[in-house]
Amino acid sequence: MSREKFVERTLFLLALSSLSSLLLITIFIFIEGLPLILETGLGNFLASSHWAPTKGHFGILAMIISSVLVTLGAMVVGVPFGLACAISLAEFSPPRLKMVLKPTLELLAGIPSVVYGFLGVLWLVPLIRDYLGGPGLSLLAGAIILGVMILPTVISISIDALDAVPDTYRDGSIALGATRWQTVRRVVLPAASSGIITAVILAMGRAIGETMAVIMVAGNALKIPHSVLDPVRTLTSNIALELGYASGRHREALFATGIVLFVIIMILNLSATFLTRRR
Amino acid sequence: MRLDPRISQGIAKTVLWTFTGLTLVLLIFIIANISVKGLPQVTPTFLFGQPHDMGRAGGIFPTIVATIYITLLAILLASPLGVGTAIYLTEYTREGWATRFIRFGAECLAGVPSIILGLFGFVLFVLKLGFGWSVLSGGLTLAIMILPIIIRTSEEAIKAVPAEYRQVCYSLGLSQWQAITRVVLPSALPGITTGIMLSVGRSIGETAVLLFTAGASLRTPVTMFDSGRTMAVHFYILAREGLSMPNAYGTAAILMVSILLINLIAYTLMQRLIKRYS
Repeated sequence: MSREKFVERTLFLLALSSLSSLLLITIFIFIEGLPLILETGLGNFLASSHWAPTKGHFGILAMIISSVLVTLGAMVVGVPFGLACAISLAEFSPPRLKMVLKPTLELLAGIPSVVYGFLGVLWLVPLIRDYLGGPGLSLLAGAIILGVMILPTVISISIDALDAVPDTYRDGSIALGATRWQTVRRVVLPAASSGIITAVILAMGRAIGETMAVIMVAGNALKIPHSVLDPVRTLTSNIALELGYASGRHREALFATGIVLFVIIMILNLSATFLTRRR
Repeated sequence: MRLDPRISQGIAKTVLWTFTGLTLVLLIFIIANISVKGLPQVTPTFLFGQPHDMGRAGGIFPTIVATIYITLLAILLASPLGVGTAIYLTEYTREGWATRFIRFGAECLAGVPSIILGLFGFVLFVLKLGFGWSVLSGGLTLAIMILPIIIRTSEEAIKAVPAEYRQVCYSLGLSQWQAITRVVLPSALPGITTGIMLSVGRSIGETAVLLFTAGASLRTPVTMFDSGRTMAVHFYILAREGLSMPNAYGTAAILMVSILLINLIAYTLMQRLIKRYS
């Protein structure tokens, strides 16, 4: 085999590393968690909210609902802010300002999730407790913190989507007498919509998968929330809180929780990839 | 009645910039709060001292060692894999089902949340392979986490090297591999470094993965099979159990300042690369 051929083969093997890691992750999570789901029955596992793992009750409905609500809340908080930043930067700011503001806002992505959680506990939780009532550690606190944490994802992917709209679209609209805002709303945003939707979907994936910050601010109570001020425990928090001491069937149940989370996130990622490809 | 387009534009702009301004204020608040309360705690004794009483007093030296140790291991493992993947994708294949499949794998891997990676590292490295809670298990799992970042940035960096560079190499009789190692990679180096630095930033700040793979021992790790508590994990434990606010702030400040600096340098490097080739 010639040297060139050898190099190519080796590089091909290296290139398979990410795919094989993904495969290994999937296999191991399923091997550990699937037996319990089959034993309990998928229906019981997903539709019961009775979680008492040491007594053999494995129902994760309350956590699924909590995860979904916290994530939707994060979207309500994060998407308008993120989109506003993206539009201001991409459409209404001079290139110089954009050059400075974009990397500055992206710094938000570098701040570790534990720091967000910490500041949430110190500043946000007392505010909610004092002004809105309840224990403070709540669905609302989780949603707001996650909303801030998804900002960088929403901002940078939306800016890319807006930048990808050809300038001829804008010129055409302006030439017809439209204002810049009319152009943005009627021409640029519709043209960039699939990219923006991708940003929102990826942000949802990030929010539902986030763990440490949510553990710190959401209160972790094991029940279906009735108000935004109730404390909640998400799928991710449940895994992280109990993995340290779980064993036997209890541990299997945590991996089964992981399977549910994994499937939700893969569906979100796949739809994002699909959307990007169609574009 | 329809609003005058100029007035509605004025309103829209005001709203957009208010939101942007608020976001900036929040960012500044976060950085200022942590720096102002945290940086005064950062003294030589804090950096180089041993922790006492579960971290209530004393320094954070073992956690700094553990952070560097685990991060270094993850980078050493992931860089060859990531850069190799990027070279293969850009230089050795045409766009087709194979590249699409590989890129898809990297994209999906990037979306896997850290708690799932933690579960995976825990069952495979800690339990099945018997590495226990250790620097090795942590480093291996983190390597998987940062692999997509290194692939993506390296690919961009290699693509940014103009095609003429390669053509000149071939016209001089160099083989493809010689062209890559002698010309393409050196030219793409700043971009590849950017990816590696961003990965360092992610690794330093990661908690969920390491809590279940590297453990939380407060002793300074020596061998790869020792458990090690990184700064982020230490900060999480301090904050969550309310052990010591000043020490928590101090640790957070070191964490945040180092990550922000690393990201800033990485960004500048990438900008320089883009400027040079465009």
